Amino acid sequence: MSETPVTESELQAYVDGCLPAVRRADVENHLARHQDDARRIDAYRRHAAALRTVFDPLLAEAVPPRLHPGRRGAALQWRRHAAVAALILLSGIAGWQLHAHVAAERVQTLYLARVAAVAHAVYSPEVRHPVEVGADQEAHLVRWLSKRLGASLKIPHLAGSGYSLVGGRLLPGERGPAAQFMYQDIKGQRLTLYVRAGSDVHAQTAFRFARENGVSVFYWLDGRLGYALSGETGREELLRVADAVYRQLNP
Amino acid sequence: MTRPASDMFTTQAMQYIPRLRRYARALTGDASAADDLVQDALERALVKRDLWREGSDLRAWLFTVMHNVFVNQVRSAAATRTVPLEVSAADLPQPQAGDRLEIRDLDVALQALPEEQRAVLLLVGLEQMSYDEAARVLDVPIGTVMSRLSRGRERLRRLLQGLPDSNAPLKVVK
Repeated sequence: MSETPVTESELQAYVDGCLPAVRRADVENHLARHQDDARRIDAYRRHAAALRTVFDPLLAEAVPPRLHPGRRGAALQWRRHAAVAALILLSGIAGWQLHAHVAAERVQTLYLARVAAVAHAVYSPEVRHPVEVGADQEAHLVRWLSKRLGASLKIPHLAGSGYSLVGGRLLPGERGPAAQFMYQDIKGQRLTLYVRAGSDVHAQTAFRFARENGVSVFYWLDGRLGYALSGETGREELLRVADAVYRQLNP
Repeated sequence: MTRPASDMFTTQAMQYIPRLRRYARALTGDASAADDLVQDALERALVKRDLWREGSDLRAWLFTVMHNVFVNQVRSAAATRTVPLEVSAADLPQPQAGDRLEIRDLDVALQALPEEQRAVLLLVGLEQMSYDEAARVLDVPIGTVMSRLSRGRERLRRLLQGLPDSNAPLKVVK
Protein backbone atom coordinates (compact mmCIF):
# COMPACT_ATOMS: atom_id res chain seq x y z
CA MET A 1 0.00 0.00 0.00
CA SER A 2 1.42 3.33 -1.02
CA GLU A 3 1.95 6.21 1.35
CA THR A 4 -0.37 9.21 1.34
CA PRO A 5 1.77 12.38 1.06
CA VAL A 6 2.38 14.17 4.34
CA THR A 7 1.16 17.76 4.58
CA GLU A 8 2.58 20.68 6.52
CA SER A 9 -0.56 20.67 8.67
CA GLU A 10 0.10 17.09 9.59
CA LEU A 11 3.64 17.96 10.61
CA GLN A 12 2.25 20.70 12.86
CA ALA A 13 -0.28 18.25 14.31
CA TYR A 14 2.61 15.86 14.97
CA VAL A 15 4.34 18.62 16.96
CA ASP A 16 1.16 19.20 18.97
CA GLY A 17 0.51 15.53 19.56
CA CYS A 18 -2.88 15.65 17.89
CA LEU A 19 -2.09 13.71 14.73
CA PRO A 20 -4.57 10.90 14.13
CA ALA A 21 -2.92 7.61 15.04
CA VAL A 22 -3.37 6.21 11.53
CA ARG A 23 -1.08 8.90 10.10
CA ARG A 24 1.68 8.56 12.64
CA ALA A 25 3.67 5.93 10.78
CA ASP A 26 3.52 7.90 7.52
CA VAL A 27 4.69 11.10 9.21
CA GLU A 28 7.52 9.33 10.97
CA ASN A 29 8.60 7.70 7.72
CA HIS A 30 8.56 11.08 6.05
CA LEU A 31 10.70 12.60 8.81
CA ALA A 32 13.16 9.72 8.62
CA ARG A 33 13.69 10.46 4.95
CA HIS A 34 13.64 14.28 5.10
CA GLN A 35 16.37 15.51 7.42
CA ASP A 36 15.43 19.18 6.99
CA ASP A 37 11.87 18.58 8.07
CA ALA A 38 13.02 16.37 10.92
CA ARG A 39 15.32 19.10 12.25
CA ARG A 40 12.64 21.71 11.86
CA ILE A 41 9.98 19.65 13.64
CA ASP A 42 12.41 18.79 16.39
CA ALA A 43 13.10 22.49 16.94
CA TYR A 44 9.37 23.27 17.05
CA ARG A 45 8.88 20.67 19.74
CA ARG A 46 11.75 22.01 21.79
CA HIS A 47 10.45 25.55 21.46
CA ALA A 48 6.95 24.49 22.52
CA ALA A 49 8.41 22.80 25.60
CA ALA A 50 10.51 25.90 26.32
CA LEU A 51 7.42 28.09 26.12
CA ARG A 52 5.79 26.09 28.85
CA THR A 53 8.94 26.05 30.96
CA VAL A 54 9.19 29.81 30.73
CA PHE A 55 5.57 30.76 31.25
CA ASP A 56 4.04 27.93 33.31
CA PRO A 57 5.35 29.32 36.61
CA LEU A 58 2.76 32.08 36.17
CA LEU A 59 0.05 29.51 36.82
CA ALA A 60 1.30 29.03 40.35
CA GLU A 61 1.58 32.73 41.11
CA ALA A 62 -0.94 34.37 43.43
CA VAL A 63 -3.47 36.35 41.42
CA PRO A 64 -3.12 40.08 42.16
CA PRO A 65 -6.11 41.48 44.08
CA ARG A 66 -7.04 43.80 41.27
CA LEU A 67 -7.84 40.81 39.07
CA HIS A 68 -10.48 39.40 41.39
CA PRO A 69 -13.85 39.62 39.68
CA GLY A 70 -15.56 39.46 43.07
CA ARG A 71 -14.22 42.93 43.67
CA ARG A 72 -15.32 44.33 40.37
CA GLY A 73 -17.49 47.16 41.70
CA ALA A 74 -14.74 48.44 43.90
CA ALA A 75 -12.09 47.68 41.32
CA LEU A 76 -13.85 49.51 38.52
CA GLN A 77 -14.51 52.53 40.60
CA TRP A 78 -11.05 52.44 42.07
CA ARG A 79 -9.50 52.22 38.68
CA ARG A 80 -11.23 55.35 37.49
CA HIS A 81 -10.09 57.25 40.53
CA ALA A 82 -6.64 55.79 40.18
CA ALA A 83 -6.35 56.85 36.56
CA VAL A 84 -7.13 60.43 37.45
CA ALA A 85 -4.97 60.34 40.55
CA ALA A 86 -2.11 58.84 38.58
CA LEU A 87 -2.03 61.71 36.15
CA ILE A 88 -2.00 64.23 38.95
CA LEU A 89 0.46 62.59 41.25
CA LEU A 90 2.88 61.04 38.84
CA SER A 91 4.03 64.50 37.91
CA GLY A 92 4.74 65.18 41.58
CA ILE A 93 6.92 62.24 42.37
CA ALA A 94 10.36 62.36 40.89
CA GLY A 95 11.75 59.36 39.17
CA TRP A 96 8.46 58.07 37.89
CA GLN A 97 7.67 58.08 34.24
CA LEU A 98 4.26 57.92 32.76
CA HIS A 99 4.37 55.31 30.07
CA ALA A 100 1.82 53.44 28.06
CA HIS A 101 1.11 50.81 30.66
CA VAL A 102 0.84 52.29 34.10
CA ALA A 103 -0.20 49.20 35.96
CA ALA A 104 -3.06 49.78 38.34
CA GLU A 105 -1.15 47.98 41.05
CA ARG A 106 1.72 50.39 40.66
CA VAL A 107 -0.72 53.25 40.83
CA GLN A 108 -2.37 51.88 43.95
CA THR A 109 0.90 51.41 45.80
CA LEU A 110 2.13 54.75 44.56
CA TYR A 111 -1.02 56.26 45.98
CA LEU A 112 -0.16 54.60 49.27
CA ALA A 113 3.24 56.34 49.19
CA ARG A 114 1.68 59.67 48.34
CA VAL A 115 -0.95 59.53 51.09
CA ALA A 116 1.65 58.43 53.62
CA ALA A 117 4.02 61.25 52.63
CA VAL A 118 1.26 63.82 53.00
CA ALA A 119 0.25 62.40 56.40
CA HIS A 120 3.89 62.53 57.45
CA ALA A 121 4.21 66.16 56.34
CA VAL A 122 1.04 67.12 58.20
CA TYR A 123 1.62 65.41 61.55
CA SER A 124 5.35 65.06 62.07
CA PRO A 125 6.00 68.80 62.72
CA GLU A 126 3.18 68.86 65.29
CA VAL A 127 4.55 69.86 68.68
CA ARG A 128 1.58 69.53 71.02
CA HIS A 129 -0.56 66.88 69.32
CA PRO A 130 1.65 64.70 67.17
CA VAL A 131 -0.41 61.60 68.03
CA GLU A 132 -3.87 60.73 69.33
CA VAL A 133 -2.71 57.95 71.62
CA GLY A 134 0.74 58.07 73.17
CA ALA A 135 3.32 55.33 73.53
CA ASP A 136 2.44 55.07 77.22
CA GLN A 137 -0.82 53.44 76.14
CA GLU A 138 0.71 51.19 73.53
CA ALA A 139 -1.48 48.17 74.28
CA HIS A 140 -4.61 50.26 73.89
CA LEU A 141 -3.24 51.87 70.72
CA VAL A 142 -2.62 48.58 68.99
CA ARG A 143 -6.01 47.14 70.03
CA TRP A 144 -7.87 50.23 68.91
CA LEU A 145 -6.19 50.55 65.51
CA SER A 146 -6.35 46.80 64.85
CA LYS A 147 -10.08 46.93 65.47
CA ARG A 148 -10.58 49.93 63.19
CA LEU A 149 -8.46 48.51 60.35
CA GLY A 150 -9.97 45.04 60.73
CA ALA A 151 -6.49 43.51 60.82
CA SER A 152 -4.19 42.43 63.55
CA LEU A 153 -1.52 45.13 63.67
CA LYS A 154 1.89 44.93 65.22
CA ILE A 155 3.85 47.96 66.31
CA PRO A 156 7.52 47.53 65.46
CA HIS A 157 10.04 48.58 68.08
CA LEU A 158 12.83 50.55 66.53
CA ALA A 159 15.04 51.27 69.52
CA GLY A 160 17.71 49.20 67.81
CA SER A 161 17.66 51.70 64.95
CA GLY A 162 17.68 54.67 67.32
CA TYR A 163 13.97 55.51 67.19
CA SER A 164 11.42 55.34 69.97
CA LEU A 165 7.66 55.20 69.61
CA VAL A 166 5.79 58.48 70.12
CA GLY A 167 2.35 56.99 69.54
CA GLY A 168 -0.20 56.68 66.79
CA ARG A 169 -3.35 57.95 65.23
CA LEU A 170 -6.25 56.90 63.05
CA LEU A 171 -6.38 58.40 59.56
CA PRO A 172 -8.75 58.27 56.62
CA GLY A 173 -7.14 56.13 53.90
CA GLU A 174 -8.14 55.63 50.30
CA ARG A 175 -10.10 52.50 51.16
CA GLY A 176 -11.12 53.18 54.73
CA PRO A 177 -9.34 53.59 58.03
CA ALA A 178 -5.57 53.74 58.07
CA ALA A 179 -3.09 53.95 60.92
CA GLN A 180 -0.04 56.12 61.46
CA PHE A 181 2.63 55.31 64.01
CA MET A 182 5.16 57.98 64.84
CA TYR A 183 8.73 57.51 66.00
CA GLN A 184 11.50 59.92 66.87
CA ASP A 185 15.20 59.74 67.52
CA ILE A 186 17.22 61.44 70.21
CA LYS A 187 17.53 64.63 68.14
CA GLY A 188 13.77 64.81 67.63
CA GLN A 189 13.95 63.61 64.00
CA ARG A 190 10.64 61.88 63.23
CA LEU A 191 9.64 58.93 61.10
CA THR A 192 6.09 57.74 60.50
CA LEU A 193 4.87 54.29 59.58
CA TYR A 194 1.60 54.37 57.68
CA VAL A 195 -0.43 51.15 57.55
CA ARG A 196 -3.58 50.43 55.63
CA ALA A 197 -5.60 47.28 55.05
CA GLY A 198 -7.15 46.77 51.71
CA SER A 199 -6.35 43.65 49.78
CA ASP A 200 -8.58 40.63 49.88
CA VAL A 201 -5.76 38.41 48.92
CA HIS A 202 -2.16 38.20 49.78
CA ALA A 203 0.16 40.39 47.85
CA GLN A 204 3.84 40.80 48.25
CA THR A 205 5.97 43.50 46.76
CA ALA A 206 9.55 44.55 47.14
CA PHE A 207 10.42 47.83 48.81
CA ARG A 208 9.74 50.72 46.53
CA PHE A 209 11.05 54.19 47.02
CA ALA A 210 9.46 57.54 46.30
CA ARG A 211 10.32 61.12 47.22
CA GLU A 212 7.69 63.77 47.65
CA ASN A 213 8.44 67.37 48.65
CA GLY A 214 11.48 66.43 50.66
CA VAL A 215 9.81 63.42 52.29
CA SER A 216 11.36 60.05 51.47
CA VAL A 217 9.07 57.02 51.49
CA PHE A 218 9.74 53.32 51.35
CA TYR A 219 6.54 51.42 50.76
CA TRP A 220 5.54 47.82 50.25
CA LEU A 221 2.64 45.39 50.37
CA ASP A 222 2.70 42.43 52.67
CA GLY A 223 -0.30 40.18 52.81
CA ARG A 224 -3.47 42.23 53.22
CA LEU A 225 -1.60 45.24 54.53
CA GLY A 226 0.17 48.08 52.79
CA TYR A 227 3.01 49.85 54.61
CA ALA A 228 4.81 53.11 53.99
CA LEU A 229 7.67 54.42 56.09
CA SER A 230 8.23 58.16 55.65
CA GLY A 231 10.88 60.53 56.91
CA GLU A 232 12.87 63.58 55.98
CA THR A 233 16.00 61.50 56.07
CA GLY A 234 18.31 60.22 53.41
CA ARG A 235 17.39 57.16 51.44
CA GLU A 236 20.03 54.94 53.05
CA GLU A 237 18.98 55.80 56.59
CA LEU A 238 15.33 55.22 55.77
CA LEU A 239 16.06 51.93 54.07
CA ARG A 240 17.93 50.75 57.15
CA VAL A 241 14.85 51.46 59.31
CA ALA A 242 12.40 50.06 56.74
CA ASP A 243 14.41 46.88 56.78
CA ALA A 244 14.17 46.72 60.59
CA VAL A 245 10.39 47.31 60.39
CA TYR A 246 9.98 44.57 57.83
CA ARG A 247 12.05 42.09 59.83
CA GLN A 248 10.04 42.75 62.98
CA LEU A 249 6.75 42.30 61.17
CA ASN A 250 7.97 39.09 59.56
CA PRO A 251 10.01 37.38 62.28
CA MET B 1 -14.35 43.27 55.41
CA THR B 2 -17.25 41.54 53.68
CA ARG B 3 -16.77 40.25 50.20
CA PRO B 4 -19.53 40.53 47.66
CA ALA B 5 -21.40 37.29 47.24
CA SER B 6 -19.78 35.23 44.52
CA ASP B 7 -22.01 33.92 41.83
CA MET B 8 -21.38 31.02 39.53
CA PHE B 9 -19.95 33.15 36.76
CA THR B 10 -17.31 34.86 38.84
CA THR B 11 -16.45 31.67 40.67
CA GLN B 12 -15.89 29.86 37.41
CA ALA B 13 -14.15 32.79 35.77
CA MET B 14 -11.70 33.03 38.65
CA GLN B 15 -10.26 29.61 38.02
CA TYR B 16 -9.14 30.71 34.56
CA ILE B 17 -7.37 33.87 35.69
CA PRO B 18 -3.97 32.18 36.08
CA ARG B 19 -4.25 30.85 32.52
CA LEU B 20 -5.34 34.22 31.17
CA ARG B 21 -2.35 35.80 32.91
CA ARG B 22 0.06 33.25 31.51
CA TYR B 23 -1.20 33.79 27.99
CA ALA B 24 -1.31 37.58 28.35
CA ARG B 25 2.23 37.63 29.70
CA ALA B 26 3.58 35.72 26.74
CA LEU B 27 1.47 37.71 24.31
CA THR B 28 2.44 41.18 25.53
CA GLY B 29 5.96 40.44 26.73
CA ASP B 30 5.45 42.61 29.78
CA ALA B 31 4.15 41.64 33.22
CA SER B 32 2.22 44.79 34.03
CA ALA B 33 0.85 45.19 30.51
CA ALA B 34 -0.31 41.59 30.79
CA ASP B 35 -2.18 42.16 34.03
CA ASP B 36 -3.69 45.32 32.56
CA LEU B 37 -4.91 43.25 29.64
CA VAL B 38 -6.36 40.57 31.90
CA GLN B 39 -8.05 43.20 34.04
CA ASP B 40 -9.54 44.93 31.00
CA ALA B 41 -10.69 41.57 29.67
CA LEU B 42 -12.30 40.57 32.97
CA GLU B 43 -14.08 43.88 33.26
CA ARG B 44 -15.37 43.46 29.75
CA ALA B 45 -16.37 39.86 30.40
CA LEU B 46 -18.35 40.97 33.45
CA VAL B 47 -20.15 43.63 31.46
CA LYS B 48 -20.93 41.15 28.70
CA ARG B 49 -21.55 38.16 30.94
CA ASP B 50 -25.11 37.76 29.67
CA LEU B 51 -23.67 36.77 26.31
CA TRP B 52 -22.05 33.72 27.84
CA ARG B 53 -24.31 30.70 27.69
CA GLU B 54 -24.17 28.75 30.90
CA GLY B 55 -22.76 25.31 30.31
CA SER B 56 -20.71 26.36 27.31
CA ASP B 57 -16.92 26.55 27.39
CA LEU B 58 -16.11 29.50 29.64
CA ARG B 59 -12.38 29.24 29.03
CA ALA B 60 -12.80 29.69 25.27
CA TRP B 61 -15.25 32.53 25.85
CA LEU B 62 -12.89 34.39 28.21
CA PHE B 63 -9.99 33.97 25.81
CA THR B 64 -12.17 35.29 23.01
CA VAL B 65 -13.08 38.36 25.04
CA MET B 66 -9.44 38.94 25.94
CA HIS B 67 -8.34 38.49 22.35
CA ASN B 68 -10.79 41.16 21.21
CA VAL B 69 -9.58 43.55 23.89
CA PHE B 70 -5.99 42.87 22.84
CA VAL B 71 -6.69 43.45 19.15
CA ASN B 72 -8.38 46.76 19.96
CA GLN B 73 -5.44 47.81 22.08
CA VAL B 74 -2.95 46.87 19.39
CA ARG B 75 -4.97 48.82 16.84
CA SER B 76 -5.21 51.95 18.95
CA ALA B 77 -1.53 51.67 19.91
CA ALA B 78 -0.60 51.33 16.25
CA ALA B 79 -2.54 54.49 15.52
CA THR B 80 -0.53 56.50 18.00
CA ARG B 81 3.01 55.21 17.72
CA THR B 82 5.27 53.56 15.23
CA VAL B 83 6.39 50.02 15.73
CA PRO B 84 9.04 48.18 13.79
CA LEU B 85 7.33 46.02 11.23
CA GLU B 86 10.18 43.66 10.73
CA VAL B 87 12.65 42.40 13.26
CA SER B 88 15.49 40.38 11.93
CA ALA B 89 17.71 37.91 13.71
CA ALA B 90 20.37 40.62 13.87
CA ASP B 91 18.19 42.54 16.35
CA LEU B 92 18.17 39.63 18.74
CA PRO B 93 20.76 38.60 21.26
CA GLN B 94 23.13 36.05 19.80
CA PRO B 95 21.95 32.50 20.40
CA GLN B 96 23.74 30.75 23.22
CA ALA B 97 26.21 28.00 22.51
CA GLY B 98 24.49 24.71 21.88
CA ASP B 99 21.18 26.40 21.09
CA ARG B 100 20.41 26.69 24.77
CA LEU B 101 17.29 28.76 25.04
CA GLU B 102 17.48 31.76 27.22
CA ILE B 103 14.22 33.07 28.64
CA ARG B 104 14.98 36.53 27.39
CA ASP B 105 15.68 35.24 23.90
CA LEU B 106 12.40 33.40 23.74
CA ASP B 107 10.55 36.41 25.06
CA VAL B 108 12.23 38.77 22.61
CA ALA B 109 11.77 36.41 19.68
CA LEU B 110 8.09 35.95 20.52
CA GLN B 111 7.58 39.70 20.53
CA ALA B 112 9.25 39.87 17.14
CA LEU B 113 6.54 37.70 15.60
CA PRO B 114 3.54 39.34 14.01
CA GLU B 115 0.84 39.55 16.65
CA GLU B 116 -1.54 37.18 14.84
CA GLN B 117 1.12 34.47 14.54
CA ARG B 118 2.11 34.92 18.17
CA ALA B 119 -1.49 34.51 19.30
CA VAL B 120 -1.95 31.22 17.44
CA LEU B 121 1.37 29.88 18.59
CA LEU B 122 0.52 30.60 22.21
CA LEU B 123 -3.07 29.40 22.16
CA VAL B 124 -1.91 26.11 20.70
CA GLY B 125 1.53 25.73 22.24
CA LEU B 126 0.95 27.21 25.68
CA GLU B 127 -2.78 27.02 26.28
CA GLN B 128 -2.91 23.66 24.44
CA MET B 129 -6.08 24.54 22.58
CA SER B 130 -7.13 22.42 19.65
CA TYR B 131 -6.83 24.09 16.23
CA ASP B 132 -10.58 24.28 16.16
CA GLU B 133 -10.80 26.04 19.53
CA ALA B 134 -8.06 28.48 18.52
CA ALA B 135 -9.93 29.22 15.30
CA ARG B 136 -13.07 30.05 17.26
CA VAL B 137 -11.25 32.23 19.79
CA LEU B 138 -9.55 34.18 17.01
CA ASP B 139 -12.61 34.11 14.77
CA VAL B 140 -10.69 32.91 11.72
CA PRO B 141 -10.99 29.77 9.57
CA ILE B 142 -9.03 26.76 10.73
CA GLY B 143 -6.86 26.95 7.60
CA THR B 144 -5.72 30.40 8.72
CA VAL B 145 -4.83 28.99 12.11
CA MET B 146 -2.73 26.30 10.43
CA SER B 147 -0.86 28.70 8.18
CA ARG B 148 -0.22 31.19 10.99
CA LEU B 149 0.97 28.39 13.21
CA SER B 150 3.39 27.03 10.66
CA ARG B 151 4.70 30.49 9.68
CA GLY B 152 4.97 31.58 13.30
CA ARG B 153 6.86 28.47 14.36
CA GLU B 154 9.26 28.70 11.48
CA ARG B 155 9.90 32.37 12.09
CA LEU B 156 10.47 31.77 15.78
CA ARG B 157 12.93 29.00 14.94
CA ARG B 158 14.85 31.21 12.56
CA LEU B 159 14.99 34.04 15.07
CA LEU B 160 16.16 31.78 17.87
CA GLN B 161 18.73 29.97 15.76
CA GLY B 162 20.03 33.16 14.23
CA LEU B 163 19.07 32.09 10.72
CA PRO B 164 18.15 34.64 8.09
CA ASP B 165 14.46 35.34 8.02
CA SER B 166 13.15 33.79 4.87
CA ASN B 167 10.58 35.95 3.20
CA ALA B 168 9.86 33.20 0.78
CA PRO B 169 6.72 31.30 1.61
CA LEU B 170 7.30 28.01 3.33
CA LYS B 171 7.94 25.10 1.11
CA VAL B 172 4.77 23.10 1.16
CA VAL B 173 5.39 19.44 1.72
CA LYS B 174 3.19 17.54 -0.53
